[in-house]
Amino acid sequence: MAKATFSILRGEAGGGQLVDYTTEVTEGMVVLDAVHQIQAESAGDLACRWNCKAGKCGSCSAEIDGQPRLMCMTRLNQLDLTKPVTIEPMKAFPHFKDLVTDVSWNYRVKKGITKFTPRKPDAADGTWRMHQEDVDRAQEFRKCIECFLCQDVCHVLRDHHLHDEFIGPRFLVYTANLEMNPIDTENRLDELRKLHGIGYCNITKCCTKVCPEEIKITDNAIIPLKERVVDHAFDPLAKLIGLVTGKIPGP
Amino acid sequence: MADYQTFDHDVLVIGAGGAGLRAAIEAAGAGVSVGLVCKSLLGKAHTVMAEGGMAAAIGNVDDRDNWKVHFTDTLRGGQYVNNWRMAELHAKEAPDRVKELEAWGALFDRTKDGRILQRNFGGHRYPRLAHVGDRTGLEMIRTLQDHGIHQGIDVHMEVTVTTLLKRGDRVCGALAYDRQQGQFRLFRAKAIVLATGGVGRAYQITSNSWEYSGDGQALAYEAGAALMDMEFIQFHPTGMVWPPSVRGILVTEGVRGEGGVLLNNRGERFMFGDIPDNYKAQTADNPEEGWRYTQGDKNARRPPELLTRDHVARCIVREVREGRGSPHGGVFLDIQWIKEKLPNAAEHIRKKLPSMYHQFKQLADIDITKQPMEIGPTTHYIMGGIRVDGDSQMSNVPGLYAAGESAAGLHGANRLGGNSLSDLLVFGKRAGEYAARFAKDNPAVAPDAGEVNERITEALAPLERKNGESPYRIQQDLQTMMQDLVGIVRQEDEMVRAAEGLAKLKERATRVSAAGNRQYNPGWHTAIDLKNLLTVSEAVILSAIARKESRGGHFRDDYPEKKPEFGGHNHLINRAADGSMKLVAQPIPPMPDELKRIVEEMK
Repeated sequence: MAKATFSILRGEAGGGQLVDYTTEVTEGMVVLDAVHQIQAESAGDLACRWNCKAGKCGSCSAEIDGQPRLMCMTRLNQLDLTKPVTIEPMKAFPHFKDLVTDVSWNYRVKKGITKFTPRKPDAADGTWRMHQEDVDRAQEFRKCIECFLCQDVCHVLRDHHLHDEFIGPRFLVYTANLEMNPIDTENRLDELRKLHGIGYCNITKCCTKVCPEEIKITDNAIIPLKERVVDHAFDPLAKLIGLVTGKIPGP
Repeated sequence: MADYQTFDHDVLVIGAGGAGLRAAIEAAGAGVSVGLVCKSLLGKAHTVMAEGGMAAAIGNVDDRDNWKVHFTDTLRGGQYVNNWRMAELHAKEAPDRVKELEAWGALFDRTKDGRILQRNFGGHRYPRLAHVGDRTGLEMIRTLQDHGIHQGIDVHMEVTVTTLLKRGDRVCGALAYDRQQGQFRLFRAKAIVLATGGVGRAYQITSNSWEYSGDGQALAYEAGAALMDMEFIQFHPTGMVWPPSVRGILVTEGVRGEGGVLLNNRGERFMFGDIPDNYKAQTADNPEEGWRYTQGDKNARRPPELLTRDHVARCIVREVREGRGSPHGGVFLDIQWIKEKLPNAAEHIRKKLPSMYHQFKQLADIDITKQPMEIGPTTHYIMGGIRVDGDSQMSNVPGLYAAGESAAGLHGANRLGGNSLSDLLVFGKRAGEYAARFAKDNPAVAPDAGEVNERITEALAPLERKNGESPYRIQQDLQTMMQDLVGIVRQEDEMVRAAEGLAKLKERATRVSAAGNRQYNPGWHTAIDLKNLLTVSEAVILSAIARKESRGGHFRDDYPEKKPEFGGHNHLINRAADGSMKLVAQPIPPMPDELKRIVEEMK
């Protein structure tokens, strides 16, 4: 059987170093299998998150040979096994231990986004009428598995640490999903501009490249939101109408 | 004195998949304080893996559907050992629970006139499953999560409960540890809802993640609650079989719902050769009719690939055993053939089954629009679990409730695909509602501090012990044993060997040790989960030995037929005074005439 070496970041917050583990590799193996094998063979306390092992829960995000990826969907035959494969935790979040980071910031951010509020039901039985074409757009955003890899690569968060001012691509996608839900009645354009820092995004599309769900984060979520924000905040005609009628113009 | 933090909640919900989240939302809505414990991060529970949809007789696609048809489909699929009251409530309430999700932000696939679209699934007479492509579970858990975070629920992420605490008969709290720091938490609660999911980790080949170690079932059992129907485990017919590292990962029944067919290595659609008598009238007898059914022809009957999961899984095992399997020990599931019928087949498949396309492409180098998949049965779901009252979901321990997969009753001997997601919603809601009521009607009682300290010491033992056995090793041995001896085809002598093997594993587990410290230490966590896995495995073995017949998910090679004398009772598992596990046969209460009439009408 062939063997491969994995260089895994071990240690607790503020410290840690790459430790080499060599283990057997078999056909079809993914990085998460190697991590599990190493846990069972020689590093019982190696910390990593995982759940579904099928790319659906978004728990096992890590940086593999420097690339942000899901460990369960990264096959070993896509990697160069002639040298040690490095496995490190995501860098945009505080390190906790080994491959585990503290992602709780993401959960706090989500809570701060104005929640979904539907219009009155369209039918007497309390249901709505929406056509497939109307829901297609938001459905794309709802594929998100919250792996936070897009947050991990976003330079505003990763390099500039603007976590207090910018909600990151994941939550711009989340906001887009709410804004483009056909029956939602809220308007989140002011909070996007003033509280959630949409202006920080300079559409480098790094987030789109790493999305395991292939959501077109920049093109389909962020750019349309930016356009709506601009139209809403800076459209002089709308502002005038708003002043005269007392109504806030919709998106 | 051990060190721990104390939290007070009126209702504590343990488990944050569909049932737990729904229970927490309902309890919070009733005005009590709610704590929600999740073993993982919020939104990662196994509900995300559900693919096909949630069954509810809304009748949007076929207006002949109604609760009575859904009710009888559920009983027929469960081979009539279901809790009929739960089957009735489920069928009646599922439509409202599904529509409610839309009010909370869910976006289901649509019919042409803009309503919720419904798809065909095994054992359901009419297209009944509300869905979003093949990622319905994700849609459901995200909707509940995003709604739930605004309901004032205290969420405890990455926290595992090790013990339920009682005062007298009543449950009064739970002891837990947080994964990150390894610190203990004492939850004092007036009522507790268990929604911890299944037991799949007891098996080697499973669609379940590490979390599904039978925690709720084992905690309830230890607290004096009865378990029921633990022999009924569902082996989903279509799990991936190749490459080895993906073995067991689920392939949605939706593939067959969209026209996918099962073939053996001779290219035969072997399901046509084995249609059970009680399904003959509603099953197509030729491929053409089966295809028309999948394309929405109301006059066509469903193809035999969409027979119930227990039956399809056994047919696959037979094909493999008799030498007609695929190269890696499964059979073929073919959806690409529909290009003979549809001009834009490849695009259609990618649209209808996006995550399956993705999963095979990435993990197996298979393009399902061009090649057949190789599939075989995988341990998927346990129909048995904590015995509950059909209306309130309370166990026989006052104040202790259970919902979703951890509870028993709704599905009888075999669950229909799509009935799980609706189960989570209907009975999650009910459990939350009744638990909140219980919390309002009963004062808090304080757990015994001495017991708390004792249990903490017990939980820390694997870390203190040096040079014991690896928890991973014992877990693997248990999984292999359950797979080999108490799997999809069972017989007495093998299960007796499993019972003996289990006693040895329990003994080994007392000497387990975990290296490292308390911080995020999976070895230690595995050691703690192991105890629950062993308890539920013992219950499965005991119940499976006692049921000397074949019914639903329980198939015995030595008793291949269904026997009427076993059709009238459920198996209950209780903890005896001496600590040993005891089984009794409990007669199923007679069905009211009104329901009996419905069953007769629908035959």
